[in-house]
Amino acid sequence: MDLYEYQAKELFAKHGVAVVPGKVCFTPEEAQAVATEIGSTVVVKAQVKTGGRGKAGGVKLADNPSDAKDRAKDILGLDIKGHVVHKVLVAEAADIASEYYVSFLLDRTNRTFLAMASVEGGVEIEEVAVNNPDALAMIRVDALVGCTLEKATEIADAAKFPAEVREQVIEMLQHLWKVLVEEDATLVEVNPLAKISDGRVLALDGKVSLDDNAQYRHESHLALIDNSQTDPIELRAKEFDLNYVKLQGEVGIIGNGAGLVMSTLDVVAYAGEEFGGVKPANFLDIGGGASAQVMANGLDIVLGDPEVKAVFVNVFGGITACDAVANGIVQAVGMLAERGEPITKPIVCRIDGNNAIEGRRILDESGIALIERVETMDDAARRVAQLAAGK
Amino acid sequence: MAIFLNADSKVLVQGMTGGEGTKHTRRMVASGTNVVAGVTPGKGGQEVDGIPVFNNVGDAMAATGANVSVVFVPPKFAKAAVIEAIDAAIPLCVVITEGIPIHDTAAFFQYSENSGKTRLVGPNCPGLISPGLSNAGIIPGDITQKGRIGLVSKSGTLTYQMMFELRDLGFTTCVGIGGDPIIGTTHIDCLAAFEADPETEVIVMIGEIGGDAEERAAAFIKDNVTKPVIGYVAGFTAPEGKTMGHAGAIVSGSSGTAAAKKDALEAVGVRVGKTPSEAARLVREVLAAL
Repeated sequence: MDLYEYQAKELFAKHGVAVVPGKVCFTPEEAQAVATEIGSTVVVKAQVKTGGRGKAGGVKLADNPSDAKDRAKDILGLDIKGHVVHKVLVAEAADIASEYYVSFLLDRTNRTFLAMASVEGGVEIEEVAVNNPDALAMIRVDALVGCTLEKATEIADAAKFPAEVREQVIEMLQHLWKVLVEEDATLVEVNPLAKISDGRVLALDGKVSLDDNAQYRHESHLALIDNSQTDPIELRAKEFDLNYVKLQGEVGIIGNGAGLVMSTLDVVAYAGEEFGGVKPANFLDIGGGASAQVMANGLDIVLGDPEVKAVFVNVFGGITACDAVANGIVQAVGMLAERGEPITKPIVCRIDGNNAIEGRRILDESGIALIERVETMDDAARRVAQLAAGK
Repeated sequence: MAIFLNADSKVLVQGMTGGEGTKHTRRMVASGTNVVAGVTPGKGGQEVDGIPVFNNVGDAMAATGANVSVVFVPPKFAKAAVIEAIDAAIPLCVVITEGIPIHDTAAFFQYSENSGKTRLVGPNCPGLISPGLSNAGIIPGDITQKGRIGLVSKSGTLTYQMMFELRDLGFTTCVGIGGDPIIGTTHIDCLAAFEADPETEVIVMIGEIGGDAEERAAAFIKDNVTKPVIGYVAGFTAPEGKTMGHAGAIVSGSSGTAAAKKDALEAVGVRVGKTPSEAARLVREVLAAL
C-alpha cells in the first residue's frame, strides 16, 4: 500500500524524522483554520498518490489564512494524472537553502535493501540516475545488520553531503531506517530532504510504501487505508478476499493461480485481435485451494461488471479439485437466478487437472444453456473472444 | 539424475501437524516421497500416519537423516521455522508458505547466505518435483512422469499447465521458485543445475512480469548454457503499477514488462512461446531435432 504524503510524514514524526508542522484538510475552511494556527506563510499541497503535483498546479504558497483558503479551493477537485484531489496538506512554508535526496528500498535484484542518497534533490531521482549517475550514491544495507551509525556515515559520505549537514543527515538516515523496519515498509523516500535557512535539515516531502503481507502486525495501518480512489468492483472483491484487478475490456476472466490468470489474460487478448480487439475485463485469481463458494463469489463479482460481455473460467486443478470448481459455477448460476438476476452472458469453461472428468460431467449435465465447455485453453480463449464480440 | 531432489531425498515437514501440513504430507507420500519426519514445536513424540513428529529440525535430522525440509508453517511463524532449519544446516529448505512479510524473508534469506549450508526454495512457491523419485511441496504428483525436460517457473499453476502439456515426454525436475520479490533459488540457479544434469536435454523457463530475473537469466544463458532453452513469459497485457496476484508481479514504469523479458531472452537465442501451448510445441520441435 502506498501512503499519502501526510501519512508518510506522520510515520516519519513517530520515528524521530524531522518534518515541518502541518495538517491534512478536506475543505478550504479547514485549510484556513490550519493556516491561522501555523501563523506564517504556508504551502498547500494536493494529496494524491502520484508524482508531478507541482507541475499540475497542485502545490501553492499562501501568505495568509484567507489566501490558504483560496488556494485550497483551487486545488481540491483538481485531476492530477487521473487522481482527483480530495484532501490537501497545509504546512509551514520552509525557506529552502539546499535540496537533497535520501531513500531506503527493497533491492529485488540483490535480495536485500538499498540506500540511495544524493545532494541533488528536489528533482525526479530517476533523472539524476540517468543524467548524472555519479551524483547518486547507492549502498546496500544488510537486512540482518541494518542501518547502523557506521552504515549511515558510509551513505552520507558516499553522497558527499557537505560538512554543515553531515551529522544531521546521518541521524536522519538512522531514523528513516527505523521507519522502514518498524513499519514494515518496502520504500521510504524523502525528496526533497532540505536544508532550510536556519541550518536545520527537514523532510519536506515523504513517500512510504507498506508491505501488505505485514498488515497483521500493524493494527494502526488499517486506519491508513483510503478506498475513495479504489474501483468499486475491486472493493467488493476485497470483501470476498478475492484477488481482483479491474481492466478495460469485455471478457471476464476467472482462473486459479496468479501465473495462469496472467497467462489467460494474454491468450484472450491475442485471440481478441481476430475479433476487433476484444480484451480481458479483469484479473481474478480464485487461488490454490478454491472451494465451490469461492468460485461462486468470483462469478458474482465478474458478472457484476457491466462491461463484461462473456466470461472465461480457466482452471487447472492442482490442489483445487475441478468438481468443486464445476459445482461452484452451477451454484453461482442458481444463486444469481434466485436473487432475480439470472445470468445473461455466456460462460466458457476450460477445466483440466485434478478431478477434471467429474468436473466436466457436472458442467455438461447442468443443463445451463449459457455454459459452454471447451477442451483447450487456446480454443476456449478464441471462443470467448468470439462470443464477447457478438459473433 | 534430477536436480536438488532425488530418490535419496529424505523429507521432513515443518508444520506437519497443521491442516495444510497433514494434507500435503499425505499427497507427498502418495506420490512416492520418502517423508521421514514432521516438526512442530511442543508436539514431539506424536505421529501423523505413522510418521514421527519432533520438536525441532535438529532432533528430526539426527533421528531420521532427513536432508530436505518442506515448510508449511503460517506466515507469522515462518521466519523462525526457516532460521531453525538453517541453524540445523539442512541442505534443502522448501518454503511453501504464502504471505510472509518481505522483511522476514529478507532476514532469513541473508541468514541462509551467511550460513552457506542451506539452499532455500521459495517462499510462496509450489515446491519441486522429480517425477518418479521425490516430491517436496504441493505440485500434483500424477500429472506427468520421469523424462528429459527440466522446468523452472515462478508460477505454480503455470508449472502444472506446462507439465500437463508435455506429460507424455516427462520431466527430470520441475522447480516452482515462487512469485515473491525475494526468493532463495532463482531461475539462474536452476539453469546452472539443469545444464550440469546429464539427463536433462531441454530446459523450459517460465517467467512473469516484475523485477529483472528473466533478463539476468538471459545474460546467464548466453555465457553458460549450451542446452536448448524454451521460454514463456506471462503478463503481456498487465497494466503498469497494479500487482497481479503475486507480490512480485508488478510493472514499474518501463521495467519489468513481459515484452522486455521476451526480447532479452530472444536476443540470446531462447525461443519464447506466445502462449503456454506454443511454448510446449517449441519444446517438442527441439526434442524431435536432438
